[in-house]
Amino acid sequence: MSLTAKDKSVVKAFWGKVSGKADVVGAEALGRMLTAYPQTKTYFSKWADLSPGSDPVKKHGAVIMGAIGNAVGLMDNLVGGLSALSDLHAFTLRVDPGNFKILSHNILVTLAIHFPRDFTPEVHIAVDKFLAALSAALADKYR
Amino acid sequence: MVVWTDEERAAISDIFSKLDYDDVGPKCLSRCLIVYPWTQRYFGAFGNLYNAEAIMNNPLIAKHGTTVLRGLERALKNMDDIKNTYAELSILHSEKLRVDPDNFKLLSDCLTIVIAAKMGTAFTPEYQASFQKFLSVVVSALGRQYH
Repeated sequence: MSLTAKDKSVVKAFWGKVSGKADVVGAEALGRMLTAYPQTKTYFSKWADLSPGSDPVKKHGAVIMGAIGNAVGLMDNLVGGLSALSDLHAFTLRVDPGNFKILSHNILVTLAIHFPRDFTPEVHIAVDKFLAALSAALADKYR
Repeated sequence: MVVWTDEERAAISDIFSKLDYDDVGPKCLSRCLIVYPWTQRYFGAFGNLYNAEAIMNNPLIAKHGTTVLRGLERALKNMDDIKNTYAELSILHSEKLRVDPDNFKLLSDCLTIVIAAKMGTAFTPEYQASFQKFLSVVVSALGRQYH
């Protein structure tokens, strides 16, 4: 399910609208994931407060969304562009790659809430494919 | 047996009380057929599914979307025994319709997204958790009679 030229242009155009609110979207998506999929909390045992809207969640959500925003510009070579991040997730963080899909779903839910008119079915499929390709690139070094 | 907290019951009831079946049903099904195009395999008799616009304007798809959503009402009214409430529907989906049960999750993800878009921030993380738990029980019940 590779990204077509059309997918890439749809994602870029939509991200132009999202980037202004990227921090908010990232924080909310992470908060939703920790609430609706409590098993994901196991990766954040060092944080004092795992509730949506807490400082660590807001800060980390922004970090994640920033990296995703960078990846929008790297769509022609996600595996190469995300190589260092893949090393990090594979060898240091050791996040089970199944969780990338879970976070992706929560990003989609958050985008639907904040951009109800722009997040059409065509945008949804392009962003879903982009996040899937991103997740695969992130898992590239795992084994 | 599934255990529901009072908060979960309240959240799920509230979501359904605000649901416009004739709007959300068609949007949910058409979004599923667009975002996951392989699901179109079950709709060969439904006419023009050639592109996103055709799917979104297809009256047979719209009608069926509402039907599917009305089916969820059965689970809502029998939350403490969804498993048995859906036994017949499960047999229907496995033996007559022959739907791959993995598709139930795809449709339920699309429903979550359509409802999120409609409710906006009222669809809180807690509401999302309760609603997704409800949908996962429904999906599990629908997949139970597959052999």
